[in-house]
Amino acid sequence: MASAPKEPVQFSGAGPLNAPISGVLTWVDQRFPLMSLWRDHLSQYYAPKNFNFWYFFGSLAMLVLVIQIVTGIFLVMHYKPSAAEAFASVEYIMRDVPAGWFIRYMHSTGASAFFIVIYLHMFRGLMYGSYRQPRELIWIFGMLIYLCLMAEAFFGYLLPWGQMSFWGAQVIINLFDALPLIGPDLSTWIRGDFVISDATLNRFFAFHVIAIPLVLLGLVAAHIMALHEVGSNNPDGVEIKQHKDAKGIPLDGIPFHPYYTVKDIVGVVVFLFLFFGVVFFMPEMGGYFLEFNNFIPADALKTPPHIAPVWYFTPYYSILRAITEDFMLVLAIGVAAYSLLIWLTARNQLVKMAALAIGFVVIVLMKGGPLAIEAKVWGVAMMGAATLIFFLLPWLDRSPVKSIRYKGPRFKAALTIFVIVFLVLGYYGTQTVTPAGTVISQIGTLIYFSFFLLMPWYSAMDKTKPVPDRVTM
Amino acid sequence: MSEQNTDQGKRQFLVTATTVAGGVAAGATAVPFVASMLPSERAKAAGAPVEVDLSTLAPGERVTVEWQGKPVWIVRRTKEMLDTIRANDSHVADPKSQKKMQPAYATNEMRAIKEEFLVVVGICTHLGCSPVGKFAKQAEAFDPNWQGGFYCPCHGSLFDLAGRVYKNKPAPDNLVVPPHKYLSDTRIVIGEDTKGA
Amino acid sequence: MVKNMNLKKLIAVILFAPSLVFAAGDHIKLDKAPIDLKDEASLQRGARHFVNYCLNCHNASFMRFNRLRDIGLTDQQIIDNLVFTGVKVGDLMKVAMDPKDSKAWFGAAPPELSLIARSRASEAGSGADWLYSYLRSFYRDAERPTGWNNTVFPNVGMPHVLWELQGEQVMAERKVQGPGFEKTEQVLKLDKPGKMSPVEYDQMVADLVNYLVFMAEPARSSRTTIGIFVLFALSLLFILAYALKKEYWKDVH
Repeated sequence: MASAPKEPVQFSGAGPLNAPISGVLTWVDQRFPLMSLWRDHLSQYYAPKNFNFWYFFGSLAMLVLVIQIVTGIFLVMHYKPSAAEAFASVEYIMRDVPAGWFIRYMHSTGASAFFIVIYLHMFRGLMYGSYRQPRELIWIFGMLIYLCLMAEAFFGYLLPWGQMSFWGAQVIINLFDALPLIGPDLSTWIRGDFVISDATLNRFFAFHVIAIPLVLLGLVAAHIMALHEVGSNNPDGVEIKQHKDAKGIPLDGIPFHPYYTVKDIVGVVVFLFLFFGVVFFMPEMGGYFLEFNNFIPADALKTPPHIAPVWYFTPYYSILRAITEDFMLVLAIGVAAYSLLIWLTARNQLVKMAALAIGFVVIVLMKGGPLAIEAKVWGVAMMGAATLIFFLLPWLDRSPVKSIRYKGPRFKAALTIFVIVFLVLGYYGTQTVTPAGTVISQIGTLIYFSFFLLMPWYSAMDKTKPVPDRVTM
Repeated sequence: MSEQNTDQGKRQFLVTATTVAGGVAAGATAVPFVASMLPSERAKAAGAPVEVDLSTLAPGERVTVEWQGKPVWIVRRTKEMLDTIRANDSHVADPKSQKKMQPAYATNEMRAIKEEFLVVVGICTHLGCSPVGKFAKQAEAFDPNWQGGFYCPCHGSLFDLAGRVYKNKPAPDNLVVPPHKYLSDTRIVIGEDTKGA
Repeated sequence: MVKNMNLKKLIAVILFAPSLVFAAGDHIKLDKAPIDLKDEASLQRGARHFVNYCLNCHNASFMRFNRLRDIGLTDQQIIDNLVFTGVKVGDLMKVAMDPKDSKAWFGAAPPELSLIARSRASEAGSGADWLYSYLRSFYRDAERPTGWNNTVFPNVGMPHVLWELQGEQVMAERKVQGPGFEKTEQVLKLDKPGKMSPVEYDQMVADLVNYLVFMAEPARSSRTTIGIFVLFALSLLFILAYALKKEYWKDVH
């Protein structure tokens, strides 16, 4: 924060109250950078004037975060994090606590709403190249927020202590079992017991209500500080700071407050309309937001017939299930082809050799007879890689332009196919396993990774359109 | 951003209207959150009226029952005890129980529907300790002239056998008489009175 | 644009093909439960059936008796008609039966019923549809220890508690003829009539299921009532917020 000279506080209207208010504000401002925070982040933060529909989701994510924290605090007042009491305490909230059902439905709907908003927010970044230089750190903080959110959702999902809570956690924790050497000990350590139990519930509760939210808030602050340092991107991918007026204000910028506050309020009202529509009229959302099996208390002796994670995890779950023993050969061929591609196109000898060497090692670990790691482990690894690979986007995209408006047909097609594949994988993740479903998930997995791994080539080869000098409305 | 053509009046009106409407909406949203901290149905069920059989209570004895998690004392007063109470009017702060918190049937000297039975919440009106029953007429450390009643160990408040607080003691009010009614001569229900039925 | 259309068709095919396969699968077809949560008389009849027939073995241990005020009963009516002696109106609906006994008699502890109408929902239909079909699908089966079996819940542990009312159904074969095919189908047939006619029995089950749906989420009717009000208020707020945004954005060119 640059220490700008303290200006006297200005008010537009002259009313009898303004003098004392401005007196108090001045007193505070001499001791705390209140007005400069206000200026730097709202009244004199200049945002591009051409934000469109997709730019609502940042502020909406913030809103949902607030909803989740507030409803969460009130739920904790009544919830009991113990295996004997958890399920009953949730029903107690739903029935005996005044308006408890409203707070609980807000929280359960908020969880899904958070992911809807975040996925749309991320898609906005993909379309307009918001991850590109100089905004790599914004993207990385954002991805860390996304990972935290997944952890938060996973820990929170155990708390109602229903059948899906229990068996969902069982399946996910057993993923760690797959890791070589430390696997079984690691999963026992995570559970604090040999099965999911009271100990597991208690520690998940601690993570869900304290640890992850603290990290999340810190990351959100970092995300916004980084954003306000470099300034917002926009649908044209033009840097508005390159054209400033005499006062140093970007010509295409408008103060965030009041222009985007009043605009975001409209977005908030529309969002709340949809949100409360779900809360009041379809809180179960056909079993996607609240799963039917979760109305049965957890039973360690009886697995429900159909286990699936909540919808926001299902694309990754599909990838996990797609990695079968038969599929390893296809994956190995894919890795071979990819190392060959790098070897053929890279200019640096070191890169060429590294590509071949790493490719060789991976192939041996995949299909190398006695040296091969089993498919289950690769499933876990691929699922992890599918979330982590987003981090690399700023360096994978080699297009000379940022926004999809000026990118060529290759990138547009790749992004379209990627979104379709993400949805298809998500859909199959909710379904029981069928042979056809597995093949489609496997094809989807290949396309999913190709979107990222081939991006340096197709984005560089693309025919781009000239980028305008100034933003277009 | 030319400011020349803007209608400041309209703008100011819309800002005020949206702020007021948004404020009302936020206030309405706060209602369920505040309400969720009120006693739940479970707490209400646990605090439901309690029935007590008085036929086994001997004269001069006390029984304590739990209502809403609070001790409620029922004392079967002997004739002698009642006489002591009558003689005690000059020592207590509010002999006729005319101050707040008393149901109509406790606004009398004996503070009871039936003189024989004293029904009070056993919590000192000062800071919520539970006083101790000292029914015997004998010299006590806290009062050499003790006529029998209740003594609060926390801050030394004294109450007579009608639950009336002595003058110049920390407790401001007489012990609270809970809502109650007689179902028959010997059955009483605490937590409910005739007007509430 | 042409490309886009084809793409959309492709997505549609990929997304919906599997659901067609499932529809043709061997899901048991459930009957639509004819219930109405606004019908207080039906809910009250259902509550009485529930207390008389279900609550002897099954718990509804998240439900308080006095919650029945929400379906138009007074505390006194609840005490007089529905509550067992010695139970308070604010108490939970719990049975006296020892879970160990019931486990010995039925092979499994009878499930808790507070949430049964929510937990029995599936792709095949709502929880109400499942319960409505299930309670009408018992038939005589000498091979089962209880003498009863069920088409919706094969080899169920519970005997047909309502058999005196419904009568006894048996599994019968029926020939079905259609254009170009003929097959035999297993269908349920009423062998010995009970105290109720089939229409009366269906109505009784519908009342009971209606009550079970209410009990699974007592807040449901207030939820939708408040919801309409909230959405209306948000619509008004939208008009103001949109006007405000328009007003300010006149500045931006």
